[in-house]
Amino acid sequence: MGGYARFVWPCFGFACTVLAWNLWSARRFHAAARQRAGRTLAMSDEN
Amino acid sequence: MWTWFYRLASPPHVYRVAATLIPWFLTAAAFAIGYGAIAGLVFAPPDYQQGDAFRIIYVHAPSGWISMFAYSTMAVAGAIGLIWRIKMGHAVAAAVAPIGASFTVLALVTGSLWGRPMWGTYWAWDPRLTSELILLFLFAGVMSLRPAFEDSNRGDRAAALLSIVGVVNVPIIHYSVLWWNSLHQGATVAKLGKPSMPPSMLLPLLSMMLGFMCFFGAVLCMRLRGEVLNRERQATWVREAIKS
Repeated sequence: MGGYARFVWPCFGFACTVLAWNLWSARRFHAAARQRAGRTLAMSDEN
Repeated sequence: MWTWFYRLASPPHVYRVAATLIPWFLTAAAFAIGYGAIAGLVFAPPDYQQGDAFRIIYVHAPSGWISMFAYSTMAVAGAIGLIWRIKMGHAVAAAVAPIGASFTVLALVTGSLWGRPMWGTYWAWDPRLTSELILLFLFAGVMSLRPAFEDSNRGDRAAALLSIVGVVNVPIIHYSVLWWNSLHQGATVAKLGKPSMPPSMLLPLLSMMLGFMCFFGAVLCMRLRGEVLNRERQATWVREAIKS
């Protein structure tokens, strides 16, 4: 990397981290919403 | 003619369409980012002035572009929610905010890592850098404003208003390098004449931009599905949707 490796690789590494975090948090957000919706429906069935 | 527009206002329709789009967006993103990263890191020649440090552009430029695109999307969606009282507009705006904020952080961090070898400093109060930092604060403001209200409708309206007011920052970011003396280099790809890059450097960049765009679409669809469920959890269609 012509002496610039310590700048280039951290950029690509951080980009991978941000992309992975986005995927993980979006999946988690949807799963939590599903669970909440399931609980709400179960409670309304009980009532 | 407006049927498609009104169908977009239907939560079950949005929930279903988003689920269909996710695998397509993710597959396209994987191919485009995979090609762009390999071609950008391995096959593109070093820049004659910046050497190999220019390769940072392959993550910096797409993330900066997505940050502006995300903010504009949030403002347009907020305006749709505010003007036409379409709930899905507010749902889209809420789903976009954290994604846009994360890409803004990525643009700032990679820009800073590029600045150190090129300008000799990680940070300068340069118009482009400062306006991009303001964009991050705007995302943070919109994200914290929405849950600050007990009435979620008021929170949605306040967040939409802030995002619409803040959209003035987007052209400022884009044109800051032309309007003021800036350390930041001028436009490389979006030039009216011809891009100042050879195809061997430009193609990986365009591929990364397309890949980031598709990735943004996929993550937006995922978050939007969650947002729709949160807002519609009392609705009868949700029962069928969460069973499948």
